[in-house]
Amino acid sequence: MNPRRQKRLVAVSAVVLVVAGAVGLMLYALNENIDLFYTPSEIVEGKQGQLPKVGQRLRIGGMVVPGTVARDQKSLAVSFDLIDTGPVVTVSYKGILPDLFREGQGIVATGVLTEANYIVADEVLAKHDEEYMPPELAEKMKGIKHVKPQNLGGTD
Amino acid sequence: MWKWLHPYAKTDATFRLCQVLLPWFSISALLTLSLGLVWGLAFAPSDYQQGDSFRIIYIHVPSAILSMSTYFAMAVAAFIGLVWQIRTAHMAMIAIAPVGAVITFIALFTGAAWGKPMWGTWWVWDARLTSELILLFLYLGVMALYNAFDDKIQAGKAAGVMAIVGVINLPIIHYSVEWWNTLHQGATISKFDKPSIAPEMLWPLLISMLGMGLFIGAVTLVKLQNEILRREINRPWVITLLTSEETK
Repeated sequence: MNPRRQKRLVAVSAVVLVVAGAVGLMLYALNENIDLFYTPSEIVEGKQGQLPKVGQRLRIGGMVVPGTVARDQKSLAVSFDLIDTGPVVTVSYKGILPDLFREGQGIVATGVLTEANYIVADEVLAKHDEEYMPPELAEKMKGIKHVKPQNLGGTD
Repeated sequence: MWKWLHPYAKTDATFRLCQVLLPWFSISALLTLSLGLVWGLAFAPSDYQQGDSFRIIYIHVPSAILSMSTYFAMAVAAFIGLVWQIRTAHMAMIAIAPVGAVITFIALFTGAAWGKPMWGTWWVWDARLTSELILLFLYLGVMALYNAFDDKIQAGKAAGVMAIVGVINLPIIHYSVEWWNTLHQGATISKFDKPSIAPEMLWPLLISMLGMGLFIGAVTLVKLQNEILRREINRPWVITLLTSEETK
């Protein structure tokens, strides 16, 4: 390689390395702010030694604990517990839940922390995993029976 | 080792290579893309959780993955153009940019259309979605910077530096779902583990991906030919070519 090309090669590589370093440091500094949500254990036990304050607006993401979904008979109000690996946080919400909302499903809720482990949400989003399979396979592997909504009998 | 590449530094050799490759790319793109999409959209089984809505995966995932590969190809062209000062490489870079921008837009659009019924929102500022949006801006930035200069040699250099620096965004897009909490789920196929998708759903996906790659290749070839003609309009070989086209 002739010296002029070599010089350009070094210059271009240096620019890329410097910018990559800068971006890397920036992302490292912003690390916890890039997270979309708190997990339930981060809300109860604190994230890097910092507990979220009561009254703070935040996002929480976790699994809906099976058997905790309580629906109000007369309105759209619903409450459920979220869990990741440790403690449980209760979320209450008034509105239409996404189609994928079900017990055991991962969800992300935005709302205000009204008590240490209680959130009044104004938005609930469903998070799905990266697995895709036909219903028959899911029934065999996971024991999940897929029922079309129109075949679902009456009360839920 | 790289000797065979040397003739393509000349625009007329590259132009002729494009002419030879174009029919192959177009025909195979048409065949694989239609096979993959028809198989995926009509015949593949529906998903156990998402039902038929998941079928948008056959457009979303190929365009999302290829928006990144296309960017990498553009950056490689920019790199060759900068270090070896080859004009043809800069022409290739600017031929790829708009194609990549459109593919990125398709990825973002189909993602939003998928997010609304499944997640419950069109858009959320999570790391994956945001970094993919930045990729779109990088493509647009390269195009804007290139067109801001009248001197196209300067333009190629300036836009090339931007294209190369933007490569840093690619690993960020890919690992965003692992490094941070995101609403977007993790990788299904682009990981070292076994793909977490049933084989009868995976095959049409891979075929669509190949088809979309070939399609991007075909469109890029056409754009590169146009760019070469536009830039070399006063060269004797272009004039001969154009007059022989007219008399045909």
